[in-house]
Amino acid sequence: MQNNDYPTPLPNDATLEATEKFNVVAHDLPKVDGEGLVLGRPAYTDDLVPPNALYVKLVRSPHAFARILSIDPTDALALPGVVCVLTWKDVPRIPITRAGQGNPEPSPHDRFILDEYVRYVGDEVAVVAAETEALAEKAAGLVKVEYQKLKPVLDFEHALDNPIVIHPEPGIHEMFPIGFEPKRNIAAAYHMEIGDVEQELAASPVKVETTVHTQAQQHVALEPHTAFSYIDLQGRLVIVTSTQNPWHTRRLLGLAFQMPLRQIRIVKPRIGGGFGGKQHIHVEPYVAMVTMKTGRPARLALTRREVFEATFTRHEMRVKVRLGANPDGKLRAIDMQVLSNTGAYGEHALTTFMVAGSKTLPLYNKVSAVRFGGHVVYTNKVSAGAFRGYGAIQGLTGLEAAMDELAHKVGIDPVELRRNNMLHEGETSEVFRIMGEGTEGVAMNIESCKLEECIARGKELIGWDFTQLVREVAPGVLRAKGMAIAMQGSGIPLIDMGSARIELQDGGFFKLHVGATDLGTGSDTILAQIAAEELGVDMADIVVYSSDTDHTPFDVGAYASSTTYVSGSAVLKAARSLKAKLIEAVAEKFGVAPKDIVYTQKTFMTADGTKSLSLNDFSYDTLYHDGEKMKTIEATESFSGSKSPPPYLAAFVEIEIDTETGKVNVVHYVAVADVGTPINPNLAKVQIEGGLLQGIGLALYEDVRYSEAGHMLSHNMMTYPIPSREDVGRITVELVDSYEPSGPFGAKSAGEIGIDTPPAAIANAIRNATGVRLTEYPFTPERVLAALKAAKTQHT
Amino acid sequence: MNITLRINGKLESIECLPGEMLTEVLRRAGHFEVKKGCDTGNCGACTVLVDGKPVLSCSYLAVRAEGKEVTTIQGLADEAKKFAAFLTAEGADQCGFCAPGFALTVLAMKDEFSSIPDEAQIRHYLAGNLCRCSGYEGQIRAIKKYLEAQHAE
Repeated sequence: MQNNDYPTPLPNDATLEATEKFNVVAHDLPKVDGEGLVLGRPAYTDDLVPPNALYVKLVRSPHAFARILSIDPTDALALPGVVCVLTWKDVPRIPITRAGQGNPEPSPHDRFILDEYVRYVGDEVAVVAAETEALAEKAAGLVKVEYQKLKPVLDFEHALDNPIVIHPEPGIHEMFPIGFEPKRNIAAAYHMEIGDVEQELAASPVKVETTVHTQAQQHVALEPHTAFSYIDLQGRLVIVTSTQNPWHTRRLLGLAFQMPLRQIRIVKPRIGGGFGGKQHIHVEPYVAMVTMKTGRPARLALTRREVFEATFTRHEMRVKVRLGANPDGKLRAIDMQVLSNTGAYGEHALTTFMVAGSKTLPLYNKVSAVRFGGHVVYTNKVSAGAFRGYGAIQGLTGLEAAMDELAHKVGIDPVELRRNNMLHEGETSEVFRIMGEGTEGVAMNIESCKLEECIARGKELIGWDFTQLVREVAPGVLRAKGMAIAMQGSGIPLIDMGSARIELQDGGFFKLHVGATDLGTGSDTILAQIAAEELGVDMADIVVYSSDTDHTPFDVGAYASSTTYVSGSAVLKAARSLKAKLIEAVAEKFGVAPKDIVYTQKTFMTADGTKSLSLNDFSYDTLYHDGEKMKTIEATESFSGSKSPPPYLAAFVEIEIDTETGKVNVVHYVAVADVGTPINPNLAKVQIEGGLLQGIGLALYEDVRYSEAGHMLSHNMMTYPIPSREDVGRITVELVDSYEPSGPFGAKSAGEIGIDTPPAAIANAIRNATGVRLTEYPFTPERVLAALKAAKTQHT
Repeated sequence: MNITLRINGKLESIECLPGEMLTEVLRRAGHFEVKKGCDTGNCGACTVLVDGKPVLSCSYLAVRAEGKEVTTIQGLADEAKKFAAFLTAEGADQCGFCAPGFALTVLAMKDEFSSIPDEAQIRHYLAGNLCRCSGYEGQIRAIKKYLEAQHAE
């Protein structure tokens, strides 16, 4: 949209209280790798490929469901320069999951690296390696594959108990009970109930029922999935890859190829975006196969079309919410029933589904009864996987639509309805204890929740007036406001673990090694900020290296909004522990007790001021001068959260809707968030701004479309456009002062919370504008117009 | 076949296939600052300047560059560093994959406009440079501050 009618520029944020308290943390420092990336220095996987690498291309299925009868590589192999063609007969038949998750994985092991069956258009059939990319591509086209076509299941509404069974094969299994019933096309199922929902609904004077259908969405990280592999001097397999989770990748490859994990090293260089899309093994197994077969380095970079057709999407979900309330709007019962489409394989099937409830239902914690349940079903579409928001965005879209319907029904300002029913600081929700990610949850008291402040500030920024939520700006053109609130988590409690090692170097600086995975979010920077703050040094004194299974300590990876909270806590613990060791060593040198050492301004002093030693001088002493006392001073610490404190966000949107064309534009999107102490306010804000735009994309434009035979129609950036700079009027993000006692320097997560609200807030604004509740996403002009027309017909 | 062109001021003769796009040829010649994002001329990550004008090198046949002057972000490194300071100050660099192509387009815009473009002009000029991380707001803040600073110089 070309919108020149921008609201007046807003004043800068009030300075956060936290900025005053800290020296490095809560400051807007530039990303450590920023300038290098802008200048385009070689940094991403495909910039670092060894010169003699083989190029790998994959033969992919042209059918949505088929059995491979034969594969004939003769013509491909006859091309000079083609080195090998590998098929399902070349890999051990071990069921795995491609989902990078904890061990044991909550995803079913229902997938083989290569299989005799193909279950979606784009499923991997064979691996071709050649001396050049052009040759590999040509050879892939010459591999003759004979298929027995099978009738696919494409509509997830008809997948359950369909006579066509997508996974009839023996050997596939769940790792622990997740409701896996492949004979019924069920990848996972779950049910929970607190209180008696039916009874409470029956007793509620006001009832509301809303069903929304959120579509699959593509991540569209600008860097396509890429990996290369080689055998190192010690005969070990090294894979350099654009992954969000090096350790899970190593573990899954070890399982798939029946290799000891000690034989594998995974290195993550810079990544060009992830959003959950790189939390899986999509390319690594295939380069590994070629390198193991040929002994030569091998490189595979997916084309954009392959990223669309054959990596993962967001889970399509149908979310039905029923609310029971009193006439004053007091909420009594919530029932959320969900059907989720996992596509051909069950990666993240159970967990994304559970998060639809576990990270939304606690928002309204004062109900007497709450229920959540449903199924995750298989279809012959590309698999769904992890994607920022991870079920919460789908669940919230249903819940916040129902909340607004309730507000309309009882005639209360939707803001007040939420304020009267929502979670507050010091409270809890039974849902936290009952629902985890694939397992039971963890009981948690909310120690930081500034939703009230977020709402108050958001109202101010958008100019919320309940009596005037809609106005006509031109004939048939309406401007209307809507809102929604959201929560997320900060890592998966008792499952996610991160570690950090910090070591003093000569010159008085520190090496910080973390397993945590920076996918462009700036985690290397914020983790260095945490270390610098605690060690009382400048950012420049911390040299950070991350994500290498040989050289950095363990970390589960970057997902579930975990890095700041989980990995950040590990860094803080390591820095504290190192500081204590430094003080102890200096105390011994000075012949005083550690408690008599004061450390400030990079200098150690005795409390009486008689002796002092700079950190720089001490670093040389301990490494070069102190004879038999010489030692490396380092500390390694780990952190695993016993809770997952949610960040919160209040969103207010002003949209413009043209009732003649059905076009909806976002004029202004206001989001005020409580992320605890933002370790780097700018980076936290940009995370939220980026999440909002991705959520707006889901609400209005982005759709994964298929032909009737199951071919993806939206397989490039022309047919699947992502929002450009001109598509949205203005986005305003502010952070409120908040401090999470369990987080590093008071921090919670910021990575996912931004994406959650747009589909709900925009739908609510359209409802306020037109009286029509749109439930089919995305809200394309065609759909909006059809819904408006249908409502008109019904009315007359 | 071979093509002869100037890359960042240096005369080079490089090999290419008849149907090959400029992105491939530049990357093979070691210009990793030219990124491959979408293969269809939509994302702008592959932007280079040909005779001073931004083009999408993934949709520009390499043979067309014969005898031309091709500039990547590395060819304007000093100016790019100035802009990078503003971009990183806003935290809007994020994953950085779009950054070289995007920054190059910002520098081209600066040279094309005689006065400071307004926000709508900035958004329009850069509409072909997509970013999936930042939501664009921080980038817009950075561009405005950069242009104002350059204008003041």
